[in-house]
Amino acid sequence: MNPVFAPFKITGSFVTKFIRELGGMGCFLAVSLFWMVFPPYLIRRVVKQINFIGVKTVLVIVLTGSFTGMVLALQIYYVLVKFGADASLGPVVALSLIKELGPVICALMVTGRAGSALTAEIGIMRITEQIDAIDAMALNPYKYLVVPNLLAGIISLPVLNAFFVVLGVFGGYLVGVGLMDVSSGTYFGGIKDFVDAQDVLEGLYKSLSFGVLITWISCYKGYFAGYGAEGVSKATTQSVVLSSVVILVWDYFITSILVS
Amino acid sequence: MTMIEVVDLHKSFNNHEVLRGISLKVEKGQILALIGGSGNGKSVLLKHIIGLAKADRGNVLIDNQDINKLKGMSLKRLKERLGIVFQGGALFDSLTVFDNVAFPLREKTKMKYSQIHEIVMQELASVGLSGSENKYPAEISGGMKKRVALARCLVMKPEIILFDEPTTGLDPLIGKAIHKLIRSCQQRLNLTAIIVTHEIPAIFSVVDRVAMLYNGKIIAEGTPKDMEESSDPVIHQFIHGELSGPISTQ
Repeated sequence: MNPVFAPFKITGSFVTKFIRELGGMGCFLAVSLFWMVFPPYLIRRVVKQINFIGVKTVLVIVLTGSFTGMVLALQIYYVLVKFGADASLGPVVALSLIKELGPVICALMVTGRAGSALTAEIGIMRITEQIDAIDAMALNPYKYLVVPNLLAGIISLPVLNAFFVVLGVFGGYLVGVGLMDVSSGTYFGGIKDFVDAQDVLEGLYKSLSFGVLITWISCYKGYFAGYGAEGVSKATTQSVVLSSVVILVWDYFITSILVS
Repeated sequence: MTMIEVVDLHKSFNNHEVLRGISLKVEKGQILALIGGSGNGKSVLLKHIIGLAKADRGNVLIDNQDINKLKGMSLKRLKERLGIVFQGGALFDSLTVFDNVAFPLREKTKMKYSQIHEIVMQELASVGLSGSENKYPAEISGGMKKRVALARCLVMKPEIILFDEPTTGLDPLIGKAIHKLIRSCQQRLNLTAIIVTHEIPAIFSVVDRVAMLYNGKIIAEGTPKDMEESSDPVIHQFIHGELSGPISTQ
């Protein structure tokens, strides 16, 4: 091939691959959402996946939520003191957690704990022909493997986010009230005055969308995992990296939509 | 009555043509052995017959219905008449033997637990696996996995079963026991079956007909006796496992 055209060929092939992957992911989500609407509704599988994605992540959320709130209070307190605004510690910690840190860190934790495991599990099912076996039984693999995870993600993420925020606010309280000079009334009174329902809704919308994103990407990567152990390992890595990046990118866009 | 008919089936992967116009017929109640070298497309052909893969060209007719042209409920109904035993068993590794066999009954029927329990235990007994119902796939041998896969297939009472190398990796005695089991199931349920296998000549005592796949085409089809007596150098070399001949062993 003429070396002059080589960069165009490489760029073209990269772009084509990217568009194909994007199209594949879009179709995967569309088919999954389609099957989400139609019966049979596999409630037991959804509950099982809520246990896997949500309940088993609670401990991680308890630890990360409380320590995030504590470190946030510690950092912000000294900044606020410089401006003589240390009474605003409560609302600043709460708003940071409710609107931004809660949904994002929570989503990243779920990606690391449950998203990677989902991709590995579905990927192993793919390479050991278990997905083909479901298909051969005239059952719908999307209905059995993807839809319960999507629903579990949509249900679990907002609940985990709520845990994260509440624990973070109490973590901030422990540092602000327990170690610094902020009074308990000022801390919670500020939160009551400055945090409104719209802020809570913003966090809720974010965590709902992150729930879809994590389970969508994790299931897609597992469903189309390559051959052998290497294929599954590659799919798992891609799933975690892509989910983490998409969470942060999407966070920017959804924030700009919500604040406007 | 023809139960499975494959007509001029073509399939390529990444510009490599694996199936180059396969045509094949299997009559109702017959067992056909599909033989041929590794990588010749035997498993790919099975996946087309059961509807897990789409052909580039050609048709797969199951009881005169083209599986590639059916959609929705009619495809589902047709697939319910088929079963497949995968090479590795494809058992759900997070479920016990009992739950694996019960899986299609739980998901596809409205039977009560007691009925499901009775059918599963009966089927496990018929494949010689009574007492193993609480074990996980990782705790049982390769031969047992294939029996569980067969039992999982049989609970839905299919009319056609496809076996992808059911005895590969098993010792000769267990292999023979699996062959005997396939034959007895076929007689009990009047099944039509295709067995992809390399177990030559052991398989000849089990099957009614043999077809040989070579270079993406069926090059010969006949009774086991016809194949054994064939003067075709390719068939002769393959069946007798000779290193020299038209089939390259490189």
